[in-house]
Amino acid sequence: MNISPDPWVWIAALLSLAIFSFLYKENPFYRIAEHLFIGVANGYAVTFYWHNILMPTLFDPLFRQGKLLYIIPFIIGILYFTRFIPRISWLVRIPIGITIGYYVGVSVPATTQAFIIKQIQGTVLTSTNFQAWNAGSWGIVWSVIVFIGVLCSLSYFYFSKEHKGVLGVTSRIGIVFVMIGFGAAFGYTVMARISLLIGRLQFLLGDWLGIIQ
Amino acid sequence: MKRTFPLILVFIFGIIGIITFIIPHPIVQNLDESIRNDILKILVAFALVLGLGSLLKVHMDKIKRKRENWKYSWILIISFLVSSIIGLFGGVEGAGPLRTSIGSFHFDIQTLYENIFMPLGATMFALLAFYMASASYRAFRARSYEATLLLITAFIIMIGIIPLGEKISPHLPSFAQWIMTVPNVAGQRGILLGVALGIIATSLKIILGIERSWLGGGE
Repeated sequence: MNISPDPWVWIAALLSLAIFSFLYKENPFYRIAEHLFIGVANGYAVTFYWHNILMPTLFDPLFRQGKLLYIIPFIIGILYFTRFIPRISWLVRIPIGITIGYYVGVSVPATTQAFIIKQIQGTVLTSTNFQAWNAGSWGIVWSVIVFIGVLCSLSYFYFSKEHKGVLGVTSRIGIVFVMIGFGAAFGYTVMARISLLIGRLQFLLGDWLGIIQ
Repeated sequence: MKRTFPLILVFIFGIIGIITFIIPHPIVQNLDESIRNDILKILVAFALVLGLGSLLKVHMDKIKRKRENWKYSWILIISFLVSSIIGLFGGVEGAGPLRTSIGSFHFDIQTLYENIFMPLGATMFALLAFYMASASYRAFRARSYEATLLLITAFIIMIGIIPLGEKISPHLPSFAQWIMTVPNVAGQRGILLGVALGIIATSLKIILGIERSWLGGGE
């Protein structure tokens, strides 16, 4: 056993144990670690935004380089704080409106391109898609399964008509594909969490206690 | 004015967001770049300040009124203030005017991040492995056809991507891979198309001023 003399390793290890103690029940150690996490995370966010965004993007150009146009985003940003002055609190809607407007505007073509056009391109039955599987003649079968699966999955989410008759059959097939999709996502997520757990145990038993290499 | 002007702004900036994707002209692209890299970055930074102010207000209020678990709010406030001061005046990796080391012991913001934030974050997510295991057990007990299908798929994927899978059967990893690339893609794509249509519909509703909940209450 070769215990680490580094005080930071001890702090990290004890905080990790404090979080793990939640498995037994909620306790003061867990709560301390939880509140410390939020405090430090926000402190880091302040540092990041100050050094990487506000200084180089706003204060340096405005106050050191004299680029007066930057006064506009500065004033718009300040409007966020009008929220605390009831008489002019409506002005907070201006920076929110600009931010929301731009991002939802960008999301329309970006979503259409990435999530609709590209996905349909990958689903339709074309010789290019058959060959993309690199599975010989099985490529046609896999493409047909994906094509039917996508149509049936979509029909499962179609709620404007009662799931009876043809729609009933397709939606029942659709739920099979949807559940396989959820199962695969669930399996991958569990494995990601397990690998994090292994990482923490390696840290505790290796870096901290020196029991394992 | 109080509601109409912000709605006009949303419309204008929404249209700018859309046309920058369609029109590759340098004027439009430069406008887009300055909105994205200058204006919005700054606005997001100010929004963060507002959010942090609200966080501190909530916890100060909790301490003032001595609400349940109020003592822990002190830990949050003190750790926030200490790490902010270290980060703002000590600079990233201790390059600022504030001294962030005593001998060989460093306590700059990057060190705090690596030794407090990262282990705490990783442990919290690792903790979820236990809760997911418990959730899957409960789902299995539900014994519905869909839940069973979900769990069998998850089990095959989990076993298939680790070395044990190949020991059980040499075909298991390739079967897991097939599930990932064929039926999983079909299911995920169906969901994705639905989500995308939802995003587009909601975005257009916001741009056209049909969806106004972001304006909040009041005048």
